[in-house]
This record gives sequence, C-alpha cells and structure tokens, in this order.
Amino acid sequence: MRHETIEKNVNLMMVLIVIAISIGGLVELIPLMMSSDATEPDENIVPYSALRLAGRDVYVREGCYNCHSQMIRPFRSETERYGPYTTAGETVYDRPFQFGSKRTGPDLARVGGRYSDEWQRLHLNDPRALVPESNMPGYPWLEAAMVDPDLITRKLRTLQFLGDPYTDDDIAAAAAAVAGKTEMEALIAYLQELGTNRRARR
Amino acid sequence: MDTSASYNDKVVRQFTVMTVVWGIVGMLVGVLIAAQLIWPQLNFDLPFLTYSRLRPLHTNAVIFAFGGSALFATSYYVVQRTCHVRLVLDKLAAFTFWGWQVVIVLAAITLPLGITQSKEYAELEWPIDLLIAVVWVAYAIVFFGTIGKRRIKHIYVANWFYGAFIITIAVLHIFNNLAIPVTLTKSYTIYTGVVDAMMQWWYGHNAVGFFLTAGFLGMMYYFVPKQAGRPVYSYRLSVVHFWSLIAIYMWAGPHHLHYTSLPDWAQTIGMVFSIILLAPSWGGMINGIMTLSGAWHKLRSDPILKFMIVALSFYGMSTFEGPMMSIKTVNALSHYTNWNIAHVHSGALGWVAMMTLGSIYSLLPRLYNRDSMYSTKLIDVHFWTSTIGVVLYAVPMWIAGVTEGLMWRAVNDDGTLTYSFVESIKAIHPYHGLRLLGGLLFFSGMIIMAYNVWKTISDKKPVPVAVMDPA
Repeated sequence: MRHETIEKNVNLMMVLIVIAISIGGLVELIPLMMSSDATEPDENIVPYSALRLAGRDVYVREGCYNCHSQMIRPFRSETERYGPYTTAGETVYDRPFQFGSKRTGPDLARVGGRYSDEWQRLHLNDPRALVPESNMPGYPWLEAAMVDPDLITRKLRTLQFLGDPYTDDDIAAAAAAVAGKTEMEALIAYLQELGTNRRARR
Repeated sequence: MDTSASYNDKVVRQFTVMTVVWGIVGMLVGVLIAAQLIWPQLNFDLPFLTYSRLRPLHTNAVIFAFGGSALFATSYYVVQRTCHVRLVLDKLAAFTFWGWQVVIVLAAITLPLGITQSKEYAELEWPIDLLIAVVWVAYAIVFFGTIGKRRIKHIYVANWFYGAFIITIAVLHIFNNLAIPVTLTKSYTIYTGVVDAMMQWWYGHNAVGFFLTAGFLGMMYYFVPKQAGRPVYSYRLSVVHFWSLIAIYMWAGPHHLHYTSLPDWAQTIGMVFSIILLAPSWGGMINGIMTLSGAWHKLRSDPILKFMIVALSFYGMSTFEGPMMSIKTVNALSHYTNWNIAHVHSGALGWVAMMTLGSIYSLLPRLYNRDSMYSTKLIDVHFWTSTIGVVLYAVPMWIAGVTEGLMWRAVNDDGTLTYSFVESIKAIHPYHGLRLLGGLLFFSGMIIMAYNVWKTISDKKPVPVAVMDPA
C-alpha cells in the first residue's frame, strides 16, 4: 500500500493509528494481569485493616508519594539501607500502588517499627524538631482531624466489590475500629506496619 | 460575511491567550515548590500550601493547562489552514474551550484540597476524569470532522501527529483511570500493585510520548516550515518516523519501573524499545532542523526561529538522554534522583515550552491582524532568559542527581553504607538554590511575554480571515 492512500483517507489513517498504538500496551499488560506472580499475595500479606486503610488514604491524600518511594530495589546498597527488596506479592492490595518515582526523602517500604509511634507523631507534626536538616513539610493538622467511621465502611465495601477478600464481619467491625481515632493515629498505624511482613536477616 | 467562508479563529485566540496565562500560573507554582525545598517554612503548615499537594498542581498546570491549551490552539489553527475549511461545529469547539478551562479550574481547587488518585499526571478524581473524557471526545469530533471536510486531498503531516495525539490520549486516559467511586471525591482503581504500576506508567510514559511529543511535533511540522519559509526537509523521513514513533513509544513505559517488582520480562521489553525509540525521535529532530537548510541566516534576525531551533536541539538531547536512562545499568543510578527532574525539565522547558513560545509568537500577530508582535526585541530578551533559565535549571539538577545516586550506593570497605540519607539532602542543598534561580529566570521570561502579548492585542480588534482556496 502506498502511503499516499493513507494520507488521503482519514478513516483509514485513524484505524491504522489505533492498531499501531495498541500492540505495545496489550503485550505488556494482558500477560501481567494473567500472571499469578503479579496478582497473588505473599505469605503474611492480608488486606489493610480499617484503621490502616484510613491511614493509607491519608498518605495518598497528602501526596507522600511525591517524595517517598515504597519500592526497595534488589541492590546491596538498598537492602542494606532499607531492608529486604520489595516483592510484587507485597503490593497486591495496594489501590493505588505507591511505588513513587522520586526520593526527595528516604524509601518507606519497610519503615514499620523503625521508629516509635511517638517519634512518628512528633516528626509528622514538625520534622525539623527531630531532624534539623530535613526539608519535609509538617502535617500538624492530622492530629486535629478525625477519621470518618461511615466513610471507612463504604470504602471497605467498595474494596470488597473490587475483589479484595474482606469478609462481611470485617466491614461490620470497621466503623468501631476507627471511631475516635485521629488521622494522625491512622497514618501512624499504616506506617508502623509497612513492610513488617519481612525482616532483614542478620 | 458568511461565517463558513471565514476561519474560526475565536477559539484559537481564546486558547492562545490562556496558554500564556496558564504558563505563568503553572510556572509560578513550580517556583514556589522549588523554594519550599530550600525553605520548608514556606509550607506555612497550611494543608493547601503544602509541597506534597502542590507538586501535582504544578505538573498538571504546566502539562495540561499550559501545554494543553497550546495544543488545542495550534491544532485548531493548523487543521483549518491545512485543510482550507472552517472548523466544523462552532458550538462544540467553544465547548472544548470552556470545558477544558473548567477542568483546569477544578484541578486547581481539588489538588490543593488533597483530592487525588495519586497516579502521576492522572491525579484528578473520577468526576473530573469523566469531564475530561467528554471534552476530549468533543475535541476529536471537531478535529477529525474538520479533516473530513477538507478541500485538499492530502492530509498534511502536522495533522497526522495531532490526530495520533488526540486518539492515543483518549485511550490512555480511559484505561488508566478506570476506578470504582466511593464518594464524589474518592475512588479506588480497579488495578492493584504492579499491574496498577504498569498501567500507570504505560499511561505516564505515553502522556509524555503523545501529549508532550507527538502533539508538539504536529506544532513543529507547521510552524517551523512556516517561520523558516522553507518546505519540510524530507517527506519520506516524516512518514517513517511518524509510524515508528507512535508504534514504539507505546512499548517504552516499563522503563519507569526498572528494578522494581515488575517482572523482568516487562522491564527488558521496555528497555529495548526505549533504546530503539532514539531513531524515530531523532528522525523528527533532523527533519525539523534540516528544514532550516537555506534559511539559516534568518536566525540572525528572527528570535522566533531561535526559540524553535533551540526547542528542537533540546528535543534531540532529551530523546538521547531518555533512552540512555532507560538502560538498566544507568537507571540503577539515576532512578529516584534529581537526574529525572533535570531530564523532565530539559524536555518540558527546553522542548515543549520553547516550541510553544516560538509558535505563539508566530501565531498571535496573525490572529490579531498584525504583521508582527509588539516588540521583536522583547521576544529576543525572552529567548535569552528562557535559554539561560533552562540551562541554569537542568545543569544543577543533573549534578544533584548524580551526587545522590552515588552517595546512596557508596559503601565502606567493611560493607556498611558510607552516607546516611540526610547527608545526601545536605549535599544537594546548593543545587536546589541554583535550580530556583533557573526557574525564576524562565518564569520572568513568561512575564515579559505577557507584557508583549498585552501590547500586541490590547488595541487590536480581530478581523475574520477568509478561508483560502486550495492552490
């Protein structure tokens, strides 16, 4: 076919453009979606509890991913600094994923248990009170904001609908689990369990 | 005058003026967040002024508000001139303008409020995503409808690129944003973990490849030959690099996920296609630069052409750097560092913004029945502030990126890490300062442009331009 034919026929050109742009995505996405490596949870990986989910959504809302990755690469220098490298099976309940693309601050994939709850609270309120060289913003409003119990129930229901294995009992207990908790407490609950399914062996 | 006998330049004028406005807004937010990295006090402990909420506002504003308005403006102008017909469906075209502005305003409200999907360049929540989809379909109808009515058999090369950009962005936007709403302001994506990551970077990389590349190549293929007064260098090259560019770009997304838990086969495919991508990218650069053959002397007197040629040079550099950074060994050093920031800005400021600025300086006088901008001297001043600004931005970020990469991987003889993370933050502090200076320079150029634009259009009444008969 001469290119002139395409240049004179806008419908043909549109069809050929659609074909040209479709192949790459199909080849990379469909096998991945079918692959158990990418979609099956690791041992010890369960859906987020109500409080941790509320904390995760605070993490997403505040845009923590703009500066903190959650993806330890399989290099010695990274496993030495952050702990065992991140596996696909650890992220299967992450909607959306929080791998990040820029480390203005350190990776957080295994920050769980590294500092005390009180350290996290003080640091989130005023990072420079604990790390003078830090250029992280403070998030003092989290201590004043309460987690919404009605909302968390709706969130769990949506996730159940999407196929995450929450039981009806989980959903029924969700509102009580977050009642009276601040967003700060929820965020710390999320951070403190990040990556604790695997520990560095030394 | 019979309206079908004149071009619809109203919508072009609207988008052109908003390009300048949103450029200033988007870059101002960029300057603010660059300053926040130096002086974190500038976050003021206010949620809506906090860096982590404003960074997505900056990226969305410069890509979709500034770049998007420029693409709408130039594609509507180019498709009318090269098809020798008025844009179809005046009201639908007007809807795309107002719809797009509403999207931008909603983004400017929701992102500082923390309403976000957190997927880069796809942060906007589902109601806004739906509006984007509707506006985009309207855009496609207006654009392709106009091509369908053309009075000349051949579809001009610029329209191939604009067309591929419009179709592909629709596909990317729809699939990456599939989500189930919880409330009006919160949804959960239907994908999880690495599948979500792959979907996101299939989208994210091709937002670069189509929004910021194919669309702007469309702009290049009209305004560079026009401004140089020379025909496109090689027809054959444009055919070959068009099809190879759009087909190969779509494979390159996984290079954003090197050494992550994305399976190796996908990373390797992404790397291979990213390296191949150098060829079609440089095809476009060569075709643009060589179009100046026989017109090089015009660079001495025409700052608009200087904008364009520097844009093409940055395009060539960025599309060499990109494939290089997609090599896994290089990526192991560059990923997560400010090297990415340098790369992005040499592309976004050097290529996208410079091509836009040159094209707007070329376009604006014609939209307002003038021979030229109010001041050619000020265009030249803008050219130099922009060029020095990009360099002053990118070079410190390159140095900072390599510094971070090397410090993070440095180990002592006994196998322990040499530096703590916070030492790398201290080390790059001076480069943040230089970057802010570069950003400020580029931003000040936009202010000069705004003045020049104001003086050009404020006392001019636009006159309808009659549709030209095909030669």
